[in-house]
Amino acid sequence: MAAAWKWISQRWEVVALALLAVAPLFVPALGGALGGQVTTLFIYCILALGLNVMVGYTGLLHLGIAAFFGIGAYVVAILTVPLFPFQIGWLAAAAVSIAVTAGVGFALGGPVLKLRGDALAIVTLAFGEVVKVTLRNLEQVTGGMKGLNPVPPPGAGVTVAGTDLGLAFAVDPRWFYYLALAALAGVVWAMRRLENSRLGRAWAAVREDEPAAAALGISATQVKLSAFAMSAAVAALAGCLYAATLSTTADPNAYDFNRSILVLCAVILGGLGSIPGTLLGVAILVGFDTVLIPAADSLIQQLSGAADRSSLLSLASWRLAIFGLALVLVMRYRPAGLIPSRRLAAEWGRGGR
Amino acid sequence: MSALFLLQQCLIGLTNGGLIALVALGYTMVYGVLRFINFAHGDLIMLGACAALGLVAPLGLAATGGPPSLATWLGIVAMVLLCGLFCGGLNVAVDRFVYRPLREAPALAPLVSAIGVSFIFMNIGLAWIGPADRGFPQVVPAASLLPGNGVQFGWKDLLVLVVAMPLIVGTMLLMRTTRLGKAVRAVAQDRTAAALMGIDVDRMVATTFFLAGFLGGAASVIAGLYTNTISYQMGFQNGLYAMTAAVLGGLGSIRGAVAGGFVVGLVRALSTAYAGERWTGAIVFAVLIVVLAFRPEGLLGHRVKEKV
Repeated sequence: MAAAWKWISQRWEVVALALLAVAPLFVPALGGALGGQVTTLFIYCILALGLNVMVGYTGLLHLGIAAFFGIGAYVVAILTVPLFPFQIGWLAAAAVSIAVTAGVGFALGGPVLKLRGDALAIVTLAFGEVVKVTLRNLEQVTGGMKGLNPVPPPGAGVTVAGTDLGLAFAVDPRWFYYLALAALAGVVWAMRRLENSRLGRAWAAVREDEPAAAALGISATQVKLSAFAMSAAVAALAGCLYAATLSTTADPNAYDFNRSILVLCAVILGGLGSIPGTLLGVAILVGFDTVLIPAADSLIQQLSGAADRSSLLSLASWRLAIFGLALVLVMRYRPAGLIPSRRLAAEWGRGGR
Repeated sequence: MSALFLLQQCLIGLTNGGLIALVALGYTMVYGVLRFINFAHGDLIMLGACAALGLVAPLGLAATGGPPSLATWLGIVAMVLLCGLFCGGLNVAVDRFVYRPLREAPALAPLVSAIGVSFIFMNIGLAWIGPADRGFPQVVPAASLLPGNGVQFGWKDLLVLVVAMPLIVGTMLLMRTTRLGKAVRAVAQDRTAAALMGIDVDRMVATTFFLAGFLGGAASVIAGLYTNTISYQMGFQNGLYAMTAAVLGGLGSIRGAVAGGFVVGLVRALSTAYAGERWTGAIVFAVLIVVLAFRPEGLLGHRVKEKV
């Protein structure tokens, strides 16, 4: 029994993937609205893993990840919507989008790498605002506040064994579920490999002690730039999936500071630099908003009676404060997160805590 | 016409800049002593504005069209003092209970806690004044003080300068010439060495938080009286421009924050006038990114000895 538990805890990814892969066969609700929510959860997990490369692995505070998420979504939309003449397939568009966004990350990273941590954070925040404003104002390209739509489902026009794949996606949301799950599994696998690669160790070295890393022949500039680009690329992948799932880019406010902060909080809450931590953090924060608060509010309403509709008595109206308090408490009592990365916990353990 | 128009925009930039500089000082002072960006500062100012709105009637102020009377000016001074005390006290309390336990924690901890505090503040603001924008009585009229239709400079603009300038100059003098300022600067340079010299570090940090909060409280009164609308979400926008100003001027530098405030105010006014309001945010932040690309320490950031 103990041996079995050990086997499972060492291969939690495989077990979780297997469970999630068979879940739609047993839970019919995953074919409906719940499936859509879980798909969104997977997409946020990918986004958070992308941010984790910057904040967790490399130790660079990034407050504008949503901008890269947005660029990814808009490039895919521009290449696929009927409004523009390109209309290439989703897969090709996603590849282009990821490459373009990584390039943007690279271009932003170049000039700002010399900044100290906090100034860098403000620049990424400022960049996020620039992107949001640009998406909103360049109406001919981005559709302004309406966004771009319809983004055709992945595989539209491709026929496999007599069925149009695009149609299959449109009819059954479980296709999106599996697409997002496959992408998430791929990203988790890639991150696992990266953590123990030469580049991953270089990221950690730069985070822990930049001068020492430089003395060992690691180019801090190259290492940080690669983190910028990698982070942007993974966020773009999430953006591509997001646009495909919604079949629209939604309006530019979907890619604002709040989204960046939400994802950042998820990574920090779960555990910087920790893959299971990041995934748990996203699950908690998204679950808090979409499951816990509505459930608690319906309970409160039952207890207090339908007559009392005071908004102060609902959990939803204190959502921000609960969220803020959770951040403060986690930083106070568990600064390395709920599932800390062993390496980061050891590093911070040295510095007095 | 064109030259007059430019002059007009520069005046608007100057008034905007005064307000931004007041807020930016709060960021830079706290950054100076504790090396973290106090993300909750913008929302502290939002709470100050809520308090200011509540004080309008008790202080006998009301919306008027004519030139403000002596009683109005006294009322505004009282409002600035009360809101300053409120925000300063709140800031000290937050430092005591949230940031002080994190002094030895990793650098990210106070910053993330500040984001948490900003959410809590926002929620308090939401419960205080509700989700919608609230009108703030026009206690000081917008009417121009200058004759003719050329350049406009209203009572409101005068108010901003009359409140902001003495506070900005006073803060700079306080930091540069007094014993207290010297102690705060010593803490900013090296906390351990300052403690060894017999400086009560925790008290100096608390003092810094109080001063930062006081300036923020004054800024919140101006923001209310100048824009005549407040909302629980106003903290983010106000904070963002001020943060930009503090970083642009050089984080930790008092003079830098003031200079950055006026630069951001000018860029904002000019881009609103010439490129349209919807591009203002993008232009201001693009200026920040470009300046930092060439001067990573900010405009005045190299003067390490001036750091607070």
